[in-house]
Amino acid sequence: MLRKIRIVLATVTFLLVTWLFVDFTGTAYPIAGWLAKIQFLPAVLALNVWVVLGLVLVTLIFGRIYCSVICPLGILQDLLARLRPRKNKKVGRYSFSPEVRWLRYPVLVLFIVALVAGVGSFVALLAPYSSFGRIATNLLQPVYEWCNNGFAAVAAKHDSYAFYHVDIWMRSLPTFIVAVVSLLVLAVLAWIGGRTYCNTLCPVGTFLSFLARFSFLKINFDAEKCKACSACSKACKASCIDYKNHTVDYSRCVVCGNCVDSCKFGALKYSSPTPKRPTPAPSREGGEKAGAQLSSDSEALPLTGERGEGLSRRSFLIGAALAGTSAAMAQVKTKMDGGLAEIEDKVAPERKTPLTPPGSLSARHFQQHCTGCQLCVAQCPNQVLRPSTGLLTLMQPTMSYERGYCRPECHRCSEVCPTGAIRPISLEEKTSTQIGHAVWVKKNCVVITDEVECGHCARVCPTGAIQMVPLDAEDEWSPRVPAVNEAVCIGCGACENLCPARPFSAIYVEGHEVHKLN
Amino acid sequence: MIDRNISRRNFIKYLAGGSAAVVPVAALLSGCKGGDGLGDADGSQMTMRVNPNTGDTVSLLGYGMMRLPMLPDGSKEDPQTGLFDQEMINRQVDYALAHGVNYFDTSPVYCRGLSERCTGIALKRHPRDKYFIATKLSNFDSRLWPLEESQKMFENSLKELQTDYIDYLLLHSTGGGGRDPETGEDLSGLEVCKRRFLNNGLADWLVEQKEKGRIRNLGFSWHGDYRAFKLLLQLHDEGRYHWDFVQIELNYLDWFYANEINGSNVDAVILYGELEKRGIPAVIMEPLLGGRLAKVNDNIAAELKQRDPEASIASWAFRFAGTPEGVLTVLSGMTFMEHLQENVATYSPLRPISHEDHEFLIHIAELIYGEKEIPCTACQYCMPCPYGIDIPSIFAHYNKCIREGNLPQSSGSPTYRKQRRAFLVGYDRSVPRLRQADHCIGCGQCAPHCPQQIEIPKELQRIHDYVEQLKRDDGSEA
Repeated sequence: MLRKIRIVLATVTFLLVTWLFVDFTGTAYPIAGWLAKIQFLPAVLALNVWVVLGLVLVTLIFGRIYCSVICPLGILQDLLARLRPRKNKKVGRYSFSPEVRWLRYPVLVLFIVALVAGVGSFVALLAPYSSFGRIATNLLQPVYEWCNNGFAAVAAKHDSYAFYHVDIWMRSLPTFIVAVVSLLVLAVLAWIGGRTYCNTLCPVGTFLSFLARFSFLKINFDAEKCKACSACSKACKASCIDYKNHTVDYSRCVVCGNCVDSCKFGALKYSSPTPKRPTPAPSREGGEKAGAQLSSDSEALPLTGERGEGLSRRSFLIGAALAGTSAAMAQVKTKMDGGLAEIEDKVAPERKTPLTPPGSLSARHFQQHCTGCQLCVAQCPNQVLRPSTGLLTLMQPTMSYERGYCRPECHRCSEVCPTGAIRPISLEEKTSTQIGHAVWVKKNCVVITDEVECGHCARVCPTGAIQMVPLDAEDEWSPRVPAVNEAVCIGCGACENLCPARPFSAIYVEGHEVHKLN
Repeated sequence: MIDRNISRRNFIKYLAGGSAAVVPVAALLSGCKGGDGLGDADGSQMTMRVNPNTGDTVSLLGYGMMRLPMLPDGSKEDPQTGLFDQEMINRQVDYALAHGVNYFDTSPVYCRGLSERCTGIALKRHPRDKYFIATKLSNFDSRLWPLEESQKMFENSLKELQTDYIDYLLLHSTGGGGRDPETGEDLSGLEVCKRRFLNNGLADWLVEQKEKGRIRNLGFSWHGDYRAFKLLLQLHDEGRYHWDFVQIELNYLDWFYANEINGSNVDAVILYGELEKRGIPAVIMEPLLGGRLAKVNDNIAAELKQRDPEASIASWAFRFAGTPEGVLTVLSGMTFMEHLQENVATYSPLRPISHEDHEFLIHIAELIYGEKEIPCTACQYCMPCPYGIDIPSIFAHYNKCIREGNLPQSSGSPTYRKQRRAFLVGYDRSVPRLRQADHCIGCGQCAPHCPQQIEIPKELQRIHDYVEQLKRDDGSEA
């Protein structure tokens, strides 16, 4: 019974959370958005006291069911373990193993240190919900979108507007790689040892294990009924049942109910406590010592290496693109014979300060609260958000305007963010929050390079921060170029995105570390 | 350079000379307005119209009491007037009366049912013969269809308005649909009109009240089912009832485009024509089409201002609505003192719309409605655009949406969301994003090549503005 309830709940959660991450239409988050907000770490970061208290209480009563029915990564592990081909499906394949404290506690301590120190990339790497989010957005969303595009093509043929085409694009290669690697690690660990990841690496799992030891309801062994057949130990994907000694390690038990179902003699029950309490309380000291040992290693995480190479490749590509298109442009200008001019892709400028979305208050606030779950990235309808490649902020989103700009009618990222890294912000607030300011780059401006009248940036600016002024103040008839009133600019990027200069816009947005209300 | 300056200076000189000649005339016409542009008319300048039935002299500006000012948020509710700001209502009514406005239009259902009471309180402070009260039989709810219930509604109006007689009583919104109270079936506007006013004997009873002097003018307002309008006028023609006035929607957009905007509406030119033919005075509602003709996009605002730089955008709409001679009064729901002051100024006195102005406003209406297809033949002479815009495809999509009725107009309309989706999704399908109108910088290279003389950059920017408007308003607030 316990097992069946768990499977039903887990299935529902899993489907909804996955839908939340793959959906791009904005339909999912009003329905499933709350599931992201009850995730443990996001709730802690959002200072969502009621959710945290609720989860603590649930764990104190039921044990670690959080890991079985709420955490999408936990459910994913169960799913992966199930997918492993097996000869005999009836007999379990796990066996009891002792708790790996020397790894478990140091990881938790390191995690907390990183969290406090604001090393967002490390936090993002380990946070279970975020890990799931990354896997879903990087690996599942493209598939979902690809199917959608198939439907859209069919719909277009039949003049239906039920489906529309979306661009599928690589938002960040490092994050994609991280997602693939985490999925592989997770799959291997799940195939070998069931909940190994959950019970040795996951910081949330370790934290909840402290509480689970004292939970009111737990799996209890009736030693008199036990025939020592080992079925329960074999069925336990947390490897926490020692059938020989009739003990269950409650710190690792995720209350999946498999053991209860596996026992033919009714020796295992999910019930209120028996007088015996087999597991002693964990020694905190040991944990902290081990943590101190490991923390010195934390600096040398395998996250380096991408950047230098990426830059040189990028500049090569830009050079090639520049050469190609300037030739094409020169050709195009001479004749009007129909057809379409080439449009080259925009290239992101080097921003001194990265842009963070309205509602994130400041770069520091954002870095300290974001767990890199990619939900906002998956939801951004304007292709503005993508994972950053900065070392300390790896996987945390950043903004750029080559594919779109932060449109005034949208605040979806602030609505979906479960950690409060992007605080909920009204459209009015958003359109008066300054996240950066526009900077004009004279050498790129078509007014200078193509000698045409433009003023497009001034026309599309939603705040009227740009006016066109004569280049030469003495000569009223000299070419008119944009003049940005930085105090009025909010940094939405409409000018940068719609600027005709390519591949580098002649006007781009420089980020602000601290957002201001205009 | 020097040449250009001289010509510009000359131009300015001509302009100054011209306006110097115009100023005294204009000043004479407008009765020497004050310098603030609004004028502070004392009421003697308000254009008045005479009701041929009773000889009432009615101000061209009528005060619509359906959008009364409210107390600031968080104020305490008054037991009598709720959250409505009675003090402000009194002030505005005083101002209106002092400036010649003498027609006050209310209904038992306006302002959460408090409009009549607030109006009554404000007007009671003035002599009864200085103003006309218009109210309505707003028996929309099928529970009010029986004669006695509707009678109660009328008696209650008298009580709330603290008066013994109503100057103008309207059968409210004839032509609106409803539901059969027993079967729950949808009823046509015609059927509802019959049940509300004709079959139950209410109209006959109201005629009796008119004979008794409790109603001075009996008329109706109409929205919706045109058959109801025709039936009521037919009864007038047959001598069954005599309508002293009829209230219709009229503005420069509805004049020719009411039917195009909403299939169930009838162009105002037809409605007004029907009334004029019979000599029935018209009371005008929605002169601004719910504010839409006061809030126009920048291009249109620029055109209106170019024609008359000192006139407000809204004043054009009021002048249009007030110009036909058969119009008795033009109602405006003026929430704020500024609205009242501005409208009083517009009608003190009315500068009628000339024939040319009329043509101009119809052109503006076309722009607002976006009715005009762009006469692009996809000859490709304009292409390639150096910035990669796919000009013919953009025009083709826009024209296609016009033809298929997928050019959503007001976000309040029930089909808005569907049309919006069709327009935007279709736009992305027909034109790749990077080749859409939002990337047109207006360099103008294309325009001279167009054999149809389409002002391509201008049209592209208009389409861009329209798309922007659609993107920003998903219709969820309506």
